Amino acid sequence: MAEVLTQRDAGPSTPARVAPKSRPGKLSRYQTRWAWFFVSPWLIGFLLFTLIPIVATLGFSFTNYSPVTPEATRFIGVQNYVRMTTDPKVATSLLVTVRYAVLAIPITLGFGLLLAAMVNAKSLKGQSFFRTMFYMPSMIPVVAAGLIWAGVMNTQTGWLNLGLEAIGLPAPDWLNSTFWIYPALVLIGLWGTGNLMLTLLAGMQGVPNELYEAASIDGAGAWVKFRHVTLPMISPVLFYNLTLMIIGAFKYFDMAYVLKNGTGGPADATLFYNLNLYKNAFEYNLMGYASALAWVLFLIVFALAVVLFGTSGRWVYYAGDGKK
Amino acid sequence: MTTTASTQPKLAAAPRPAATMRQHNLMERILVSGLAVVILLIFLMPLGYMFTTGLKSDAQMSDPDAPVWWPFSQEMFTYNGETYPVYKVPTDAGVQRLAAVKKTRVATTFIDPANPAAGEIVWEGNWRTLEPAYFPDAQWHNFVTAWEQLNFPLLFRNTLIIAITGTLGAVISSVFVAYGFARFNFTGKNALFMILIGTIILPVQATLIPTYIVFARIGWTNTFLPLIVPHFFANAYNVFLLRQYFMQIPRELDEAAMIDGANPLQILLRIIVPNSVPALAAVSLFHFFFAWNDFFSPLIYLVSRPELWPLSVGLQKFNALYGREPNMIQAGALITLILPVAVFFLAQRVFMQGIVFSGVEK
Repeated sequence: MAEVLTQRDAGPSTPARVAPKSRPGKLSRYQTRWAWFFVSPWLIGFLLFTLIPIVATLGFSFTNYSPVTPEATRFIGVQNYVRMTTDPKVATSLLVTVRYAVLAIPITLGFGLLLAAMVNAKSLKGQSFFRTMFYMPSMIPVVAAGLIWAGVMNTQTGWLNLGLEAIGLPAPDWLNSTFWIYPALVLIGLWGTGNLMLTLLAGMQGVPNELYEAASIDGAGAWVKFRHVTLPMISPVLFYNLTLMIIGAFKYFDMAYVLKNGTGGPADATLFYNLNLYKNAFEYNLMGYASALAWVLFLIVFALAVVLFGTSGRWVYYAGDGKK
Repeated sequence: MTTTASTQPKLAAAPRPAATMRQHNLMERILVSGLAVVILLIFLMPLGYMFTTGLKSDAQMSDPDAPVWWPFSQEMFTYNGETYPVYKVPTDAGVQRLAAVKKTRVATTFIDPANPAAGEIVWEGNWRTLEPAYFPDAQWHNFVTAWEQLNFPLLFRNTLIIAITGTLGAVISSVFVAYGFARFNFTGKNALFMILIGTIILPVQATLIPTYIVFARIGWTNTFLPLIVPHFFANAYNVFLLRQYFMQIPRELDEAAMIDGANPLQILLRIIVPNSVPALAAVSLFHFFFAWNDFFSPLIYLVSRPELWPLSVGLQKFNALYGREPNMIQAGALITLILPVAVFFLAQRVFMQGIVFSGVEK
């Protein structure tokens, strides 16, 4: 046993079975060297593609850099940030993003819970069939999904409005109305609830059956059990998904771009924060200004994450966690 | 890996009269199943629209009177070498399908296609008020036309190059990093892992502009490299999923190999990798279809080189240029989604377990 280890570059004469971390010395150094070797791809990538670019973004945000005239680049202080406060497009894009998030997140979470509860219900025949089918639209590429829905929602031959008219409901011009575009985006987003459904479902399946039995003995009905057993028990999964969705609203881009060909229309109603950033950087070539927008986005996301994680202790229940 | 609800013990022992209980269960079953079927139909509706629209003719797309639920063409009838449109004409003998050979505003002359020998029938009234007669007529060749117009062979080739090389890089690098986090102890490991997970919520825009500028400077824009090379440095989702899986593999296996003289790299290749096939399959599929769907990066890096476009950008640009051909667009959308959806149905277990594995254990 020992000769195996001496043959490598480490050689304590103790059996390898002893936990290495408890024993400082050559074995631990041998381990550490290998550990850094294995995590190095990510470390190098993190430096090259995350850390250095974030700092560089901050640097660019104090310049007027444009790829068209790189030789004219100069340091302009906080001018880009000052400009943001007076740029009406920035205010519009923030408003669009928040408006969408406020509408989309509760509806999507609620729908995800409904789907998960449904495919978890013992009373549903063919659970796995429905799980598969409800997940399937999540596999459809975003561009294809956008074009399909643009067709479904068109006012002449779209099936959505024909169906609504058939049951006597009003048929709005979903994609060209500054009001209906938001419900339209939320509806399209519901097609991709598959991931949310599956993670919530797994959370629900992890709830110990004894809790439901105990609630039954106390005379609790299905709703009370859902509200007071299921929801608290899956609150970590809900929290994780809520965090991703709030931040996702600030990253929202593809669907808005596909549906309106990147115009941000109608009347800037789909000018999401990220689309505005893209236009500044790649259409107007204002990369210094876009860097300032990107840094503010980074700060917004960071602040949201801090607030969410800071308050999570109040409403997220971690089973077996001694802390409050 | 997951316990399904069906394996849990049934709660049949509740102290309720059996008859009401059964009735209650039946009601619940009908309600839940009914709701599930309704949602399923709504979920499938856009696909039905896509499929039927993709089969429609150009004439039907521009004909406001045409039925919209299925591909139809107006019936035509050839009489004495001329082709005439067929209308539904109300006559004394009920509604008849007749070919209009001569149209005026006050009267129309018809021929009965079923009985042309009977000669001309004159109907008084404006022919414009008549409903055209249609017959189901699916244009299967639309898919061939879309295939050629969008140049799908090229789009598929580009997409496959980007997706396959990116997947190889992402999986290999993530296996290394996940193994490092799963099996070794070193100072700063927990802090590093927290940073790694933190990158999940980092918006790409925060790093986008300097990265783009550097790629442009070294001549990588308008090549596949910006879409492939960064994936060779692992990513948080893959590492997290693989690490969770690796930690389930008993350490005794590593130790046995170590006793046989294997170094950590050999342990990774001989013990960990062969025991992690489901997780590796999930990660590979996730990355492959991430690359298949990715729209933002190719839009930025390849926008001025149509011959390098992948499916996502090719389809979007085609729509931007030819938005007036919705049947071609829908046929193109079908061709684009068929592979991911087919693979999903074949490998659904791998997919769905992978999602559960990476999404819940937070």
